[in-house]
Amino acid sequence: MLSRTAENLFWIARYVERAETMARLLEVGARIALIPSAGHGYRSEWESLLQASGTSEGFAEKYGDPVQRNIESYLFFDRDNPSSVISCIERARENARIVRTALTAQVWDALNVAFQEIRQLERKPRSSLELTDLADWVNRTGAMVRGAIDTTLLRNDGYDFLNLGFALERADNTARLIDVKYYVLLPSVDFVGTGLDNYQWQTLLRAMSAQRAFHWAYGGEITAAKIAHFLILNRESPRALITAIQTAMEHLDGLAHKYHKSGPAQMRARSLVGELAETRVEDIFEEGLHEFLTRFIRDVGELTDMVHTAYLSGDAR
Amino acid sequence: MTDYFNEMYNSGKVREPYLRLEDWRRAMPAELRQMKQAEAEALFRRIGITFAVYGEGGDPDRLIPFDMFPRVFTQNEWRKLEKGIKQRARALNAFLLDVYSRGEIVKAGKIPAKLVYQNEAFERAVTGFTPPRGIYSHIVGIDLVRTGPDDFFVLEDNCRTPSGVSYMLENREIMMRMFPNLFRENRIEPVDGYADALRRTLASVAPAKCDRQPTIGILTPGHFNSAYYEHSFLADLMGVELVEGADLFVEGGFVWMRTTEGPKKLDVIYRRIDDSFLDPLCFRPDSMLGIPGLMDAYRSGGVTICSAPGAGVADDKAVYTFVPEMVRFYLGEEPILQNVPTWQCAKTDDCKYVLEHLGELVVKEVHGSGGYGMLVGPKSTKEQIALFRAKIEENPENYIAQPTLALSTTPTFVEEGIAPRHVDLRPYCLVGEKVELVPGGLTRVALTEGSLVVNSSQGGGVKDTWVLAE
Repeated sequence: MLSRTAENLFWIARYVERAETMARLLEVGARIALIPSAGHGYRSEWESLLQASGTSEGFAEKYGDPVQRNIESYLFFDRDNPSSVISCIERARENARIVRTALTAQVWDALNVAFQEIRQLERKPRSSLELTDLADWVNRTGAMVRGAIDTTLLRNDGYDFLNLGFALERADNTARLIDVKYYVLLPSVDFVGTGLDNYQWQTLLRAMSAQRAFHWAYGGEITAAKIAHFLILNRESPRALITAIQTAMEHLDGLAHKYHKSGPAQMRARSLVGELAETRVEDIFEEGLHEFLTRFIRDVGELTDMVHTAYLSGDAR
Repeated sequence: MTDYFNEMYNSGKVREPYLRLEDWRRAMPAELRQMKQAEAEALFRRIGITFAVYGEGGDPDRLIPFDMFPRVFTQNEWRKLEKGIKQRARALNAFLLDVYSRGEIVKAGKIPAKLVYQNEAFERAVTGFTPPRGIYSHIVGIDLVRTGPDDFFVLEDNCRTPSGVSYMLENREIMMRMFPNLFRENRIEPVDGYADALRRTLASVAPAKCDRQPTIGILTPGHFNSAYYEHSFLADLMGVELVEGADLFVEGGFVWMRTTEGPKKLDVIYRRIDDSFLDPLCFRPDSMLGIPGLMDAYRSGGVTICSAPGAGVADDKAVYTFVPEMVRFYLGEEPILQNVPTWQCAKTDDCKYVLEHLGELVVKEVHGSGGYGMLVGPKSTKEQIALFRAKIEENPENYIAQPTLALSTTPTFVEEGIAPRHVDLRPYCLVGEKVELVPGGLTRVALTEGSLVVNSSQGGGVKDTWVLAE
């Protein structure tokens, strides 16, 4: 397959995944804003959320103070924000338009319909749009795209590139979402283990649509250790970092198998999975959650670069 | 309106090919028609068949308006057209082969040397090289207009990269989906063999050095191009690669695609970009598009480029005048299709006549296309005519003029029901091992009342075009 086609497929998946992350972040923020803060009024952690999503500077430049209404617009509808939901959906669709020939009608349809719908949403008065409805719409759109890919696409190299995009973007995004916990949910070590702390962890689980799953998997008391284990190290958890990296590895192996050629990307993915498999929750807290996640995000970035060099750059020989 | 030939209603009667459509039209209430029209539009949008119109801003994903009222030819009408089109396509190719080698037609004094060799579209870089099978223009789009039951004229030839064939195919798909009954009641020749025929044509001109099943690719300027949908659609239908310049490189006399598995050889390129953007080493050092070294690979038989670089010299509007002469000279036949009489402003007498009759004539730029830069005398204001007069006087060689033809009309759905609107026809003739023509083409319709300009860039629409089986 053309390297450029592979790159387009890879980015379709990344943009769809990223749109979902943005929607999840908005949900976390909106939910936190409903919690009374100590003293008076409500908690606002929008600033920290913007930082975690890497959009803080762009927002400050355009709007100044973080006001919820503006943040909603910025993260959802603003084309000046390259990570906003609308930017992601439009780019995913544009990438799909470029590689129409590598997609089934169903996959194209899912992306094209999403594009038409978000343009209609955009035209509605903001006050008539509930944030939860918007977030639901994004999740539903993501499900449609994934469903169409899984049920209609040939299991060829293109399928691997799409899934690599999903997996690597998810690994990166989930790590950033957990990192919000560092910025927002853990402003001071004193809170660890308190009731407030646990409530915030639950908010995070909810944002990942993983609250129920967590209870099925662990039961009993919610503790920081259990949640960190669930989101980072549990292979049963669909959003866990290890699951995402494992998926990336499987699709890299799929490519190696199809092309009869393995390289540094495969080796790196394998060693990352191996490392995570041997990590215990205690190790993570010992290293520091934030430090661990920062290292992980960097590792994922390097793996992504390797995928780019091996397949997407067009320099393969 | 009375002086225009209406292809459906003539002297108070419905012409034969349209008989069943008359019942269909009568049986369709306005609400159903509106519903179907909306359905068609939704289908086009959903499939993503859109066309960007330059210089207008607004929605980049504009649809070309689709008119559901089909345009119909009888088998007899079509046979004559088919013969004429194939004849013309053969003559144009013979001309190209000749002017890039011995130039017999020039030596015989049938066409002025200056017109050929000093033509902007004449590519010195390919003289002396004979492409596979001696074919230069593999897809010839011939624009036809009709003025009476048996009167067809060629308006212009498109030997480079005629576009619009995806509309021919998609219009049919959508009509069949929306009105299956029409296709049960009328026996309509299918057009969906086009993609296969195109692939066969391209495969039949594989380069000399290709010793296996050739790998074919469509070369597109990219997804910002207004015809990108068509490029991607054709690649998909043929099952061939859709490549951009940056996907290709030349090494060892061959063209290679950059793939995820390393370089893969490309044998036949159906290019949808202009000559000047093919190879910056050969044509335009400033070009970001194009593949350095491509022309060397081409001239050494490592790759075939369709249509061949230089093919444009045959479809120039000034060369057009000589096509009937080409038919006689190369094929020894009388031309089946007529040219529109054309005045060349380069000639003093012609120019004088044109300037005196600007109000009646259609004036076109020699190298213009897409309906840009033209004057339709009878439909223009005094100011527009004065402006053109100045342009012609300044640079007469750049203009030709033709009488304003009484273009035929066909019924077209409008707000109030149906109304006659002017149409033209572009069939797509394929030239490879065989000369082939699918029974149909793209009918373009000028949707504005009285307008004679059918170009999509000027607000024209499209129709499904039927050829009835015997």
